[in-house]
Amino acid sequence: MTETSRNGEYDDWLDSIEAGEGYYVECDEGHGWLPPRRVCPDCGSRELREEPLPDSGEIATHTTITVATPQFEDDAPYVTAIADFGPVSVTGLVRGVDPEDVSMADVVGIEVGERETTGERAVVFRPR
Amino acid sequence: MPDPRIAGAGVTQFGKHPERTGRDLFADAGLEALDQSGVEPEDVDALYYGNFMGELAEHQGHQGPLMAEAIGIDAPATRLEAACASAGAAVREAVKTLRNGESEVVVVGGAERMTNIGTAAATDALAIAADDLYEVRAGMTFPGAYALMARAYFAEYGGSHEDLGHVAVKNHEHALVNDHAQIQSEITLDEAMEAPTIAAPLGLYDSCPITDGAAAAVLTTEEYAAEHDLDAPVVISGSGQGGDNLALQDRPHLARTPAAEKAAEEAYADAGIEAGDVDVAEVHDCFTIAEVLAIESLGLFDPGEGIHAATEGVTTRHGEMPVNLSGGLKAKGHPVGATGVAQLATIAWVLDGTHPRADAVPDGRVGVAHNAGGTVASTTVHVLEVRE
Ligand SMILES: [Zn+2]
Repeated sequence: MTETSRNGEYDDWLDSIEAGEGYYVECDEGHGWLPPRRVCPDCGSRELREEPLPDSGEIATHTTITVATPQFEDDAPYVTAIADFGPVSVTGLVRGVDPEDVSMADVVGIEVGERETTGERAVVFRPR
Repeated sequence: MPDPRIAGAGVTQFGKHPERTGRDLFADAGLEALDQSGVEPEDVDALYYGNFMGELAEHQGHQGPLMAEAIGIDAPATRLEAACASAGAAVREAVKTLRNGESEVVVVGGAERMTNIGTAAATDALAIAADDLYEVRAGMTFPGAYALMARAYFAEYGGSHEDLGHVAVKNHEHALVNDHAQIQSEITLDEAMEAPTIAAPLGLYDSCPITDGAAAAVLTTEEYAAEHDLDAPVVISGSGQGGDNLALQDRPHLARTPAAEKAAEEAYADAGIEAGDVDVAEVHDCFTIAEVLAIESLGLFDPGEGIHAATEGVTTRHGEMPVNLSGGLKAKGHPVGATGVAQLATIAWVLDGTHPRADAVPDGRVGVAHNAGGTVASTTVHVLEVRE
């Protein structure tokens, strides 16, 4: 699949999370997005600057997936969540907590982990 | 300008046909639609065709001309891809070309072959309707995405998995007399509640099955229908399409589907109707929660009220606002690229009285078809009306 080719700014962004220097991009009106972005979909601004990603987010919604794609076969069951980091929300895997115990508004930190099935990098949230 | 008329429609039996090619399935639906329409195949000016996963499932791209050939029409043919709203997008293109005078007769349709690749590969193929970098790589599946929306909905408006179970029970009951349906068996609420979980809180009975099938319709102008004395009492009076950010994480509301709201507003304005005029709806219930989101976005129920509609019986065939008389995607099945045209066919047949569940709305004049792609980043809404 894509193990050998990098996905430009997305992989740069993962690198930044791994280095503990995560960021998002923001326009003058304060609309936040994750890279790669050339333009703000909300206001059309092309003046986007990097801002530090807040240290922690809150679980906005979550699911425990039992029927997975082949790329996540050995990971299942696993929790996928959208966490609200303020200016941006991020989708990731919730680890370090029993799936049954994941709740809305749980505070999580963000890091980069590996998928058990393929070894590829993935966004991981851990309870704070 | 005069509204396009539906001269004929054909739908294959939806189900598991792993040994049948897409072209073979589409020929069934397309030839049935042509035969029913009374249109001469040489009069067809264009084919608009919906398909989502042809490359993955059949190693077949460029399906437009292939499908024109399969039904014996010599006309420009274009495939449209908007995930599960591919056929709805095809209908919209057909409406435009008929309205602007470029075409007099158009075949619109779609097909999908899915069961031949198995559940895991089909789950994978469906997942790529989401954002690969930020969603698929975070383990999101198609059911997973709707589970995220379901949980967000419960948190914002209340409601429960049991309310969703009522949606499933209703749609299975509706499908009992639909011979096109993949599943013609009733389920109980207990069975729905006790089914294995696929992406919590959604279980197996909250999900549509993986389906092979095709659907087609012949659309024509008012003039052509009159000149050729066609029996085509149902018109497409309104068409709308809306879009949204592809990834759920980039949307301000996870419990609403604004792309569908935009599509509905546009389609209603185009038809000169209001939500209160709608007698019957076919909506995109790929998951039970999707039906709830759909009926709210169509303005048939207020935000937060749609979750109770099936529980209270309002959307059953005995209720005031029957939804998914075909059985919906839940029981009729969801051959992705065919779904939007199958919905169109269902509404046309309900309004002209030939659908086996048409007795639910004996005086029905106005129906809507709501076809959503991915997690509703694409939506088409079409208004159909009886106009003798
Ligand atoms: Zn902006």
